[in-house]
Amino acid sequence: MAQEPAKANGRRSKEVVIEVRGVVAGFGEHVVLDRVDLDVYRGEILGFVGGSGAGKSVLMRTIIGLLCKRAGSIKVFGTDMEAASDLERQAIERRWGILFQQGALFSSLTVLENLQFPVREYLDLPQDLLDEMAVAKLEMVGLDASVCDKFPAELSGGMTKRVALARALALDPEIVFLDEPTSGLDPIGAGEFDTLIATLQRTLGLTVFMVTHDLDSLHTVCDRIAVLADGKIIAAGTMDTMLASTHPWLRAYFHGKRSREGSQYDKTARV
Amino acid sequence: MSVTLLEGTAQGEQLKLAGAGAWIAENARSLEAQIEDETRRTGKLKRVDIDMGRVERLDTFGAWLLERLVRVYSSRGCDTKVIGLKDDYRALMDELHGVKLTKPPAHHDNQMADAVAMIGENIFAVGHSISSMINMVGAIAVTSLRVLTHPRSFRFTSLVHQLDNVAWRAVPIILLITFLIGCIIAQQGLFHFRKFGADVYVVDMVGILVLRELGVLIVCIMVAGRSGSAYTAELGSMKMREEIDALRTMGFDPVEVLVLPRVAALIIGVPILTFLGSMAALYGGGLVCWLYGGIDPDIFLSRLKESISLQTFEVGMIKAPFMAMIIGVVACVEGLAVKGSAESLGLQTTASVVESIFLVIVLDGLFAIFFASIGM
Repeated sequence: MAQEPAKANGRRSKEVVIEVRGVVAGFGEHVVLDRVDLDVYRGEILGFVGGSGAGKSVLMRTIIGLLCKRAGSIKVFGTDMEAASDLERQAIERRWGILFQQGALFSSLTVLENLQFPVREYLDLPQDLLDEMAVAKLEMVGLDASVCDKFPAELSGGMTKRVALARALALDPEIVFLDEPTSGLDPIGAGEFDTLIATLQRTLGLTVFMVTHDLDSLHTVCDRIAVLADGKIIAAGTMDTMLASTHPWLRAYFHGKRSREGSQYDKTARV
Repeated sequence: MSVTLLEGTAQGEQLKLAGAGAWIAENARSLEAQIEDETRRTGKLKRVDIDMGRVERLDTFGAWLLERLVRVYSSRGCDTKVIGLKDDYRALMDELHGVKLTKPPAHHDNQMADAVAMIGENIFAVGHSISSMINMVGAIAVTSLRVLTHPRSFRFTSLVHQLDNVAWRAVPIILLITFLIGCIIAQQGLFHFRKFGADVYVVDMVGILVLRELGVLIVCIMVAGRSGSAYTAELGSMKMREEIDALRTMGFDPVEVLVLPRVAALIIGVPILTFLGSMAALYGGGLVCWLYGGIDPDIFLSRLKESISLQTFEVGMIKAPFMAMIIGVVACVEGLAVKGSAESLGLQTTASVVESIFLVIVLDGLFAIFFASIGM
């Protein structure tokens, strides 16, 4: 039910919002991404997986412009990021939000100021509206006004992630990049976070690019999964496609001990 | 001129509001103003219909303003309805409908009380940092006694590494700065003493000033800025990343592993740097006396021999290890006092440099009194 509108939407238009073509990136001699192609469609939740050190974060950071690529092109909303002028680039940056792995909240600002920071920079809004919006965003991510005056150092891991998500959503972005959103959360917290992402995706019509290792997240919220290995996208498609694939890495990843069937086998074995 | 985003038509006790255009963040300011104009309309109202059929785009900002509008009329007892809202936006409105606006507690603005509280906090902080410094001195003393009985537990590798950073790599900059200071003192002395024909006393002044006071002071100020700050930042970031907690849980004493080698490196390094610095300053002074004052190197040296004794040199050198100790203790105390945030790291590093330079100068004054009273 949760994914129906997004899927229906996707089938209708299939508008590509991020188009990655032949991207090469690396550090020194070491090539991490070797001619990577990837499409992200509007309104979908894309789960992006790959082994540790395979370059998932590198690709994400290349798309958002934190790392330079050596070759290839990246188009976001149809604009080539390399050819874009500073103004065009800024306009696009305003349309995406990023949740960093450690939250990356500004440690010298309170939660409220963290949430208002991007809004204050880009928009000229009265203070009372800023305050109300910040509280509203906090409530949307499942927190309340009591955390407003806290500093990031005083928050728990799960709260930090939620506040960071609220900040990523502060400017009503069309795309959100999530870098391992559920890492470091307990299974209950991770499950709640997944539901939260799905709900927000539905209510705000977001496109979500989610780097994750959490098989439960991949099962429950992701519309499509892309797999990075050996510097290339080796597969992209729905969970069913992944499960049906014969590629050894995919089999190990999706049918391994920690996968759903894996743990079910364990249970039956014990019984 | 801003576009019309909200238009109202009143019919008796019924108000029809029609939204239009894009209700998005960029238009939020003018939309809010237009909403305010509408809600200021007085008169008895029973029903309010808000027609959102012509609104092309709606984001959380627009949706929140709509929700606020609904709440305003509902609180006045009107029967408020939103009609024509696109299905895509239903979920968003439902989400915002649940938002309970508990205002963040207002800040009390009693500036007098704040100022008094600030003074109190500062005094308390000074007391706290004095007590933690005494604590640290005690911890270092206990640890060094323990290390003396078990010399194997002393971290020689770490000591050598710190000596390399603190002393060896500091040599060029210390030589350069003390050389320049020596030159400047000699030049100023010559310039003013010449008026009285007392040129040659410049040698006395340079010798005594450099060996007793300036050599050690300049070196300590440099070391506090160069190495003290580095110690604080290193220990502070280790504290932030829980590395110090990790050490503790493995059964290591952070004072033994981290603090002792660092302080020991300073206690060894600063006297060496002081010696080198004093020599460089004397060399600079001699060079200026020769080139600028016309005092030949031979005369400079013989005059220097007459004016200073080994005691003059000793007075400067005795102070060096004590000052090194102060710099090391302050740097480590401040480093271990860092809390989670980047801002706190910056604050503690500043505090470390300022406090250690201040304490070095205070200690220098105490030594001056001490040496005067014992006749050195």
